[in-house]
Amino acid sequence: MGELERSIMDILWAQNSPVTAREVGRLIEGRDLAPTTVMTVLDRLTRKGFLIRTRDGRAWRYQSAGTRDTYVAELMLEALGMTGDRDAALTRFAQAVSGSEAEILRKALTELEEE
Amino acid sequence: MIAAAALAALAIVCAVGAWRLNSARWTTRAPHTAVVLWQALGVTWGLATTGALLAYAFEPYGKGALLGLRDFLVAAYTGGHGTMPLDLPHVLALIAGMTMFTVLVAVLVGATFQTLRARRRHRMLLALIARDEPGVPGVRVVDHPGAAAYCVPGLRSQVVVSAGTLALLSPDELTAVLAHEAAHARERHDLVLLPFAALCRAMPFSGVVRGAQSSVELLIEMAADDRARRFCSPRRLATALLRFGTAGSVPTPSGALGANSGVMARVERLITPQSALPRRFRISVVGFAVMLSASAPLLWLLPS
Repeated sequence: MGELERSIMDILWAQNSPVTAREVGRLIEGRDLAPTTVMTVLDRLTRKGFLIRTRDGRAWRYQSAGTRDTYVAELMLEALGMTGDRDAALTRFAQAVSGSEAEILRKALTELEEE
Repeated sequence: MIAAAALAALAIVCAVGAWRLNSARWTTRAPHTAVVLWQALGVTWGLATTGALLAYAFEPYGKGALLGLRDFLVAAYTGGHGTMPLDLPHVLALIAGMTMFTVLVAVLVGATFQTLRARRRHRMLLALIARDEPGVPGVRVVDHPGAAAYCVPGLRSQVVVSAGTLALLSPDELTAVLAHEAAHARERHDLVLLPFAALCRAMPFSGVVRGAQSSVELLIEMAADDRARRFCSPRRLATALLRFGTAGSVPTPSGALGANSGVMARVERLITPQSALPRRFRISVVGFAVMLSASAPLLWLLPS
């Protein structure tokens, strides 16, 4: 199911305008999916907040709530520990430092590489 | 009165101990042992402080903190039969003790839920965005030029790196980083960090708590470094650390990072290995930690 959610998000990220479930089903390549399966996944993604849907006559039209890049940015902000609060949600390898400390590290790296 | 006084003394011992441990030098030579001591100090401090207040409050009952609390709750539930009323100082101690106990528990529970929610969201995003890379099996890759390598802990923890990391590091360095992250995942370091991070958010004004949190954070990293160096070259781990520290491809928000992130301290102990702490010393530290952790619950039971 995760794989299908992913393909559907990829399709919707590539679309410029809202699309119906039927159109999504047509755009999924190489798979013969029951329309209800597509509907279920679209519904779930909407509930999770990744999609926004609007009524269009008797059908729903779906579009992504945010671009792919906004989600990548959200992931990276958390990954780099830049969301502000110190939490224990992720364990990180190391964080980038700034100013004089970065200078010290750069020197140490040069020395280590020369040896 | 003895129980209350002993618990208060224990709380002070913990506070002083935390303050001393913050500046102790031996900790980097035995990070695992130091973390155990930090945990013991934290738990004992919480139990001793609340226990001292409750033991004092229930002193008229003469049954100690725990049984006094039970009797008080039963009496409150049944309408106050069979207990004598408390005078003002005891009532104030009762309110303070109960408030503190509730706040500590609520903070822990709240932080746990928040962490789990953040992780679920993170996993969901990863499922939609991250890809697999044939070169690094079992690792999720996020296409972003920044340097990031981390672990999403859990029953099925995931190790994630950014495309920027793959470009930044040599294959040996990448192996070292992945070994470090695997150590975090395996030893569930997130569970160690959680209470300290929670306490830090509940008491941001306390220098000792903030100090404890950053100490534990650094010690956990050193513990993971120690485990990783069994499977990779410590030198490559050190150069990977330095490359990460200086990557700076993402602008750092001002004030988000302290003057000392501890990267250099980690590099130094990887390059010039220190002699391990004598076994005797480590055993006595762990023994002290166990005694400390046992003392507070026992004093909760001590009738006053």
